Order: sequence, then C-alpha cells, then structure tokens
Amino acid sequence: MGWIAEHVESIKSMKIRDTLSQLITLGMIVSTALIIWKALMCLTGSESPVVVVLSGSMEPGFKRGDILFLHMSEAPFRAGEIVVYNVEGKPIPIVHRVIEVHEQENSGKVDMLTKGDANHADDRSLYAYGQNWLKPQQIMGRAVGFVPYAGWVTIIMTEKPIIKYMLVGALDSAGETYLLF
Amino acid sequence: MHSFGYRANAVLTFALTILALMCAIASFSDNFNFPSPSAEIQIVGFNGFKKKPHGNDEVSLTMNITADLQSLFTWNTKQLFVFVAAEYETPQNSLNQVSLWDAIILAKEHAKFWIQTKNKYRFVDQGSNLRGKDFNLTLHWHVMPKTGKMFADKLVMSGFRIPEEHR
Repeated sequence: MGWIAEHVESIKSMKIRDTLSQLITLGMIVSTALIIWKALMCLTGSESPVVVVLSGSMEPGFKRGDILFLHMSEAPFRAGEIVVYNVEGKPIPIVHRVIEVHEQENSGKVDMLTKGDANHADDRSLYAYGQNWLKPQQIMGRAVGFVPYAGWVTIIMTEKPIIKYMLVGALDSAGETYLLF
Repeated sequence: MHSFGYRANAVLTFALTILALMCAIASFSDNFNFPSPSAEIQIVGFNGFKKKPHGNDEVSLTMNITADLQSLFTWNTKQLFVFVAAEYETPQNSLNQVSLWDAIILAKEHAKFWIQTKNKYRFVDQGSNLRGKDFNLTLHWHVMPKTGKMFADKLVMSGFRIPEEHR
C-alpha cells in the first residue's frame, strides 16, 4: 500500500505546482502590463497615454478601433492639433481637432474650439450646457502617434465581456504570453 | 510545453512582434523624406462685415489658395489635413487663431491644387477688433500616417488687412 500513497502524494504536489506556476504567470502578465502603463504615463505626462478611437467623427484619419498615443506637454495648444478632451458630465472622452484658439497673454486664459474632421458642425453642441469654449484643463493630451486596428481587441472585450474571460482562460492554459492590453 | 495552445501562442506572439516592428520601421522611414511644399494665398475680396448682438465682429472673405504639397506624401502617408487659419493679435488676446477653410487630401495627385473659396468656417473675433485689422493667413498641414508618428508644419503668409469700411 505504501507505493500508492507515494503516487498520490506526488500527483497532489504536481497539481499545486502547476496551479502555482500558472498563477505566477498570470500575475506576471498583469504586473508587466501595469508597469508598461505606468511608465508610459510618466514618459508622456498624460494620464491616459494610449486611447482607442470609438467613433467615426475623425474619419478618414482615425477610424473606430484605431489606437492613439497621447502626449501632454507644457507647450501651448495650437489650431490643427488633435486633442483628447473630457466634457463635464460625459463619461467618454472625445478625440477632435482644435480649429480655433484665443489666448490671453497676461491671465494665461485660453479658449479653444474643436471639431471632428468628418463632422459638419463644430463641437459647441457637445460641450457642457452654456459652455462656448474648450479649456486646457479639460484636455487629457494631444495625439502624436497612431496605430490602426489595434484597439479592436479592447472594443470587443468591452462590448462582449465573455471573450475577455475566454482570453484570460486561454492565457492561463497557454502558460507564457507576451500579449499585453 | 509543446501543446497546441503553446504553439499557437508562440506563432501569434511572433507575428504581432514582426508586425509591430514593421510599423515602427515604416514610421521611422518618414524621417528620410525632406519635403519642399509651396503655397500662396490671395484675398480676392471681403464680402461682408457683421457685428453680432453681443459685440463680436464677423468678417466674410473670399480667397485664392494655390499649393503644391505633393512632396509631403510618402508611402506611409494616409492623408493630408490642410487648413488655412487667420492669425492675429488683439489688445485682449496675444494670439487668435481662427480656422477659415480646410480640406482632406487622400492622394498625392490631388496635393497640387488651386481653389477659390469663401471662408468655410465663420471668421468671428472675441470682441470687436476686426475693423482695419492686420492679420496673417497661415497654411497648416498635418500629415496623418498609415501608422506611426504624425507630422505637422505650416507656411505663414503675412501682410493682410481687413478694411476699415465695408459696404
């Protein structure tokens, strides 16, 4: 009977080791993604250095599912730049182009107007009620780089959460991966 | 270690790495393009002057835009966003930029153009400073790549003036 107990013991320990190594791998993936994210935040100065385009208002330049890299510097905003901004009371930031700038030297007050390249009208109707101009404080960053299609993964995962769980499961069983989102 | 999942994962990872590398190289190759764009803008005439109820001046004008931006196109160029902005100083604002006209150019063949146009967007001041105002017209372009870094530059044309009197 001794050799059976031995086998059971070894199988048990194997399982724990496998599970542990899978857990560690998953932890590594998550922490690597976090490190890269935080490092990008430091390097770009923007609180969301990478954003996914969700609407077609900047077509044909940016399509839904494209990824934008944002940069936030001290440099003043100028007409023509593509900025990502937040509107009070709206959960999703907007990616549009600055078409008007009025800058005061003394007070440092800056008024901007934005518009989507594919839209007919400017963004006044998108701003908060009674707000005529976009303020620099609302801007999360300006778009400096662009990768097509890469954001579809995120869109699909957000809209069909089941795929996210399937993917996490797949990562888990495949062991090692370099896919980071 | 040599399960199907492991191999599929390795192939996918390798493919994505190569793709990312190719994107990076394509974007980097844009740095070797030294463009020499040229442009000229003439104002044909001022069509009207309005004082809006809360005191802001508005001007309407017609301009001739001639430009050759073909040298900005590379194999990694998806489109060119071109716009003309009026830029001027007022006692209140150290800088005013008002976009008057813009266009998206998708192909190199269309990057050499001539157009006579009214201002597509309203030329409204923040205040009433537009009578007899000196201003610049600046042709800006933003090169949007198929992938990678975006480029922007401009040509400033100075010496324009809004007349004191309007019909």
